Amino acid sequence: MVQSNDLTRRTLLKGTASATALVGIGMPAIVKAQADVIRIGHLTPVTGFLGPLGEFAQMGVRLAAEEINAAGGILGRPVELVIEDSVNPQTASAKAERLIERDKVAMIIGEISSASALAIGQVADRTKTVFINTGANSDALRGASCNPFMFHIEAANSMMVLAVGNYLKSENMIKGKKWYSLTADYAFGHDLFRVAKKFVTENGGEFVGEELVPTDATDFSPYLLKIRQARPDVVASNLAGNQITNFIKQYAEYGLQFPITGFGFDTAVAWGAGKGNFSGIWPLIWHHLVDSPSSKKYVEAFAKKYGKPPENQSWGDYNSLKIVAQSFAELKSADPQKLAEHLRKGAKFDILKSREGYFRAYDNQMVQEMYAVRAKDPDKMKDQWDIYDPLGSVPGPSESLEVLAPPQDGACKMPA
Amino acid sequence: MAVIFLLEQVLNGLLVGAYYLLIALGLSLIFSLGGIVNLAHGAFYAVGAYLAVSLAPWIGFGGAFFASPLLVAFLGVLVERFFFRKFYRADPILSLLLTFGLAMIIEQSLRMIFGAAPLPFSIPPALRGQVFLGDFIYPRYRLIIFGVALAAVTATWFLVYRTAFGRVVRAGAQNPDMVGALGISLQPYMTAVVAVGLGLAGLAGVLLAPISGVHPAMGAEILTAAFVVVVIGGLGSFWGVIAAAALVGVVRGLTIYFFPPAGEASIYLLMALVLLLRPRGLLGERIQKFE
Repeated sequence: MVQSNDLTRRTLLKGTASATALVGIGMPAIVKAQADVIRIGHLTPVTGFLGPLGEFAQMGVRLAAEEINAAGGILGRPVELVIEDSVNPQTASAKAERLIERDKVAMIIGEISSASALAIGQVADRTKTVFINTGANSDALRGASCNPFMFHIEAANSMMVLAVGNYLKSENMIKGKKWYSLTADYAFGHDLFRVAKKFVTENGGEFVGEELVPTDATDFSPYLLKIRQARPDVVASNLAGNQITNFIKQYAEYGLQFPITGFGFDTAVAWGAGKGNFSGIWPLIWHHLVDSPSSKKYVEAFAKKYGKPPENQSWGDYNSLKIVAQSFAELKSADPQKLAEHLRKGAKFDILKSREGYFRAYDNQMVQEMYAVRAKDPDKMKDQWDIYDPLGSVPGPSESLEVLAPPQDGACKMPA
Repeated sequence: MAVIFLLEQVLNGLLVGAYYLLIALGLSLIFSLGGIVNLAHGAFYAVGAYLAVSLAPWIGFGGAFFASPLLVAFLGVLVERFFFRKFYRADPILSLLLTFGLAMIIEQSLRMIFGAAPLPFSIPPALRGQVFLGDFIYPRYRLIIFGVALAAVTATWFLVYRTAFGRVVRAGAQNPDMVGALGISLQPYMTAVVAVGLGLAGLAGVLLAPISGVHPAMGAEILTAAFVVVVIGGLGSFWGVIAAAALVGVVRGLTIYFFPPAGEASIYLLMALVLLLRPRGLLGERIQKFE
């Protein structure tokens, strides 16, 4: 009697344990489970060196889902997020397929790494499912690798370069100046440097140093000594992620006075540097100080939910879900194929900026305003989030938004 | 002119060597005395940095400088008592698996508690600034790290080679049965060794938090370089680690001077070269169970 009791209990315990383990391994984080829901896949790296940004991406998309559901969902159906960590290109591709085949998501939002975005984009094209890229910058994704189902709310590298380049020109930091650049030694850095160098040399600047920095470098002191010897007029960063945090911390440590700028940037890496370390002029696709009514509302809602201001990465994922919700409502249907057509037809969206944005049909790039910021004097910072002043937006109010977009050089060939 | 710049890189490389040494020293200590290859060493370095960031607003950087390595050392006592103790005589593969798992648990815990984004932390204003020697530039803070590293190395050397405590530990490393036969229990000694080793990792964490990004993967980032230093120096060799740390710092600096893309690869090339010429590392000892 006692023995059989014991056995049953053990079997039960074992069963529970293995079931728990299976759930832990196999099941993605489903935020809400209901029968008649619209499922949206969210796939972005939250571990690895892009993890800090991925975390903000998830915060943004969760807030959007919450707001959409509070307002009655899409076409009366609640939104359900299926959130996954994309890890690397192989995993990203496998998870994208699983989201589409098994979880039957209506579309996918996310990614930061250009290599993983390419992998997801290929799955999107094959399965005719819309994928909105919220963080990958490589121009090639909008060029030779473009396809009708991959959309980009994130700016291309060339847009980042033009956005900040504009301000550097007006500060007289390009013409006749000696530039020294540090570039992350992988695809993103190379792509960014290529565009940046073209811009700087075309505008009369000259590179006296162009260094490639391995992505696993944590100590920048040998580079800083070389910069000090070269005595450039401008130091430019084409670094990525945690590299930027390490670089600006050590630049301040060595007390170098040459002005810094950069072509790729995310606010999180500067927030993570600490007081007195951040300097220079940097480009951003959006920042929490953008002066538009919808932007202020978003910043307020985000701060209320998470206790800190939103970062530029959370902007992309938040807006992508909002765009999808608005499009489905306008279409009166959650059909993925129709969504792609609708987005490609130039529908306009409030993306928390003073002018509305739209995806252009040539390469599915969101055409939009961009910004530049200048680091604040450390003594004038009110708190740990208050690290820069906005320099305004580009293009100017009278210019076409298209002037920022990558050149339509024919590299992208969409099937008719 | 170029010679001056080279000399500057060499001297700077020695400073950077101190940064590697602080992390590698504890790793080497735990390995040579306990036979455990501690893959979680970087994770304890990260814990040291996170403790510094969390404690500094309350007790200042100075307070955190002392409190955080002590807290990490106390964690070391627990880790030794509940985990390491079971693996001193086991197949090294087992302790590798154990410490690898421990590293992942610690890194993910940091991510869950503090988030993945780097935490802001700066050099305290009093320690900022640069020292100029002729045309050479040295950040004051890096000189302080150098000084602390020298002090830590000297103290560790004294403890292991000049005290009764150290004699027992060294005897235990060579012949634990004989030490036991003499009526000495090795357990408390090993607890102390692990506490000191991890305390050194914690110290490195506090010192480096102001000049590098404080994020959950910071330990994994630094661990490989620390292993390279230990391997070049020779497993189990105290002076080997010091020589290797200096060598790695200088070789990396010079490589970045001449060919920056190979900056990080250079230390692995150096390791391969040293292992080809001296399979046990620069000053490595013969260790029975790894032969």
